[in-house]
Amino acid sequence: MVLGNYKQAVAARSTDPDILRKSQDGGIVTQLFAYALDAGIIDGAIVAGQSDEPFKPEPMVATTREELLAARGTRYSISPNMSLIKEVTRSYGLDKVGVVGTPCQMQALRKGQLYPVGLRDVADKIALAVGIFCMENFPYQGILQLVEDHGATALENVSKLDIGKGKFWIYTERGATVQLPLKVTHKYEQPGCHVCLDYVANLADISTGSVGTPDGWSTVFVRSAKGDDIWAKAIAAGAFETKPIDSVKPGLELVTKLATEKITKNQQFIEDRKTKFTVGKELRNPYI
Amino acid sequence: MGILESLKALLFGKHDVGGEKQDQKPADKPADVIVEKKASIIKEPKEEKPVADKITVGHVHMSGCTGCLVSFADNYEGLLTILDKYADLVYCLTLADVRHIPEMDVALVEGSVCIQDHIAVEEIIETRKNAKIVVALGACACYGNITRFCRGGQQNQPQHESYLPIGDLIDVDVYIPGCAPTPQQIRNVCVMAYLLLKGNDEQKALAGAYLTPMMNLAKAGTEACGCDVMYNVINQGLCMGCGSCAAACPVRAITMQYGKPQIERDLCIKCGACYAQCPRSFFSFDVVNQYEGIMEAIDAAMQP
Repeated sequence: MVLGNYKQAVAARSTDPDILRKSQDGGIVTQLFAYALDAGIIDGAIVAGQSDEPFKPEPMVATTREELLAARGTRYSISPNMSLIKEVTRSYGLDKVGVVGTPCQMQALRKGQLYPVGLRDVADKIALAVGIFCMENFPYQGILQLVEDHGATALENVSKLDIGKGKFWIYTERGATVQLPLKVTHKYEQPGCHVCLDYVANLADISTGSVGTPDGWSTVFVRSAKGDDIWAKAIAAGAFETKPIDSVKPGLELVTKLATEKITKNQQFIEDRKTKFTVGKELRNPYI
Repeated sequence: MGILESLKALLFGKHDVGGEKQDQKPADKPADVIVEKKASIIKEPKEEKPVADKITVGHVHMSGCTGCLVSFADNYEGLLTILDKYADLVYCLTLADVRHIPEMDVALVEGSVCIQDHIAVEEIIETRKNAKIVVALGACACYGNITRFCRGGQQNQPQHESYLPIGDLIDVDVYIPGCAPTPQQIRNVCVMAYLLLKGNDEQKALAGAYLTPMMNLAKAGTEACGCDVMYNVINQGLCMGCGSCAAACPVRAITMQYGKPQIERDLCIKCGACYAQCPRSFFSFDVVNQYEGIMEAIDAAMQP
């Protein structure tokens, strides 16, 4: 169950060279939203766009293909996409909302649909929720310290950041590559990530990530009825090239391994919060 | 999806559940046998009630702005469906001509209680006595909300200066925070309360699981503030910067700065929406993992 419920898992990548040119992996999120926008499935999407500061994401509402393309790629820092979930139906006037987010943001979204305490008229306007795999996230200052301190590279010269193959990778505009062992990144992780029990966005309509598939491809889980419908339409429209997940290396085995590792570690941490931080007291457990 | 199916079965009675046979009548009772001849003359089949029986609901108006009731009414035809199928409105100063608080299954209390107004105090006590379940509807009833800032001296009741959330005067079973609470949240609680009181075991379990966090809020106290997000989430090492609190805040007192909520505490009206909306205030995998089924079921329940 560490991978959640899903109707199918495939390896996929976008068929659009424009999207692939600057995408993180298979360009799944950008392509899905671009297709859904074209097909009228969504009016726009909340995405992690680029802010004034390099590699600092900022939630924004993309209502055109150009805006979606501008937001391609991963920025390893916190983009509070849920902060726009009400506004997107108000000043942006969207009736069919796409939203991309980490597993915790998908949890926030589904809680918000079932318990819309402060989210009036939002729940039924969520047309497509795309989740991304996530091991942990970093505060922006953490990224700064990793890249500028540990990596001795000015963040404004960086063209791409990546985490994969057990390393944190920094690619610069001038062609240099810096790699840091993941070990040094751990202390900069966002604390709230350590109680997270979801690696592959179990509550998304469709979730995707690089783990499990070769470079340039992404692993895709199609989860909900809504996701299944949209995925089938996108495939029929030729938006994606796919391969059976069994036919690629390392495949679901690695996804399962990493998911199990994350969940086991964090379950232990939640237990430790009850016993190892306190005497006769407990830190608060959000899960009931 | 067992829960979904049985929920549909309960909500629609024998009608239209996955194309099952609809015409089977219940077996005759012994008492019916005597009047069989008479009954056969009348060709019309006995009208079958779509649902077993309704619960009784009252809206009790304390010191509030009627925004919560308006929000309830903003379910539009959904409100009619609720009143048609699931609940009889037995008391509601705005919509029903009943002067005294009757016995009822669920009391939705809007507003805080002015303790200088003896009628308000009497009514809240009567509400507790006459209602099986007391729901604090909206932030004033839960937490005082904007009435927390009253200092009296106003025209034309200057002595009315002390307003308390109802939980300071009586035991409260369920909180629905927010200013105003959203139509969809009120609707969901109505459907779940109905299932809790009238459903089968499985439905009771689901409704119980759904309502538990809101019952826990009621147990947790009568004070709310944007500070809760700092004290109970960030200070506890639980915030992951999703931004739900900022989206939920009705007065835009919360912005996200470098991935964390920044709370303008002077703007905060103490409605409790931010903390209740936070996925790290409470989160039940049992409930949320079934989000598709539950949302479908609620949609189906709201069909006229």
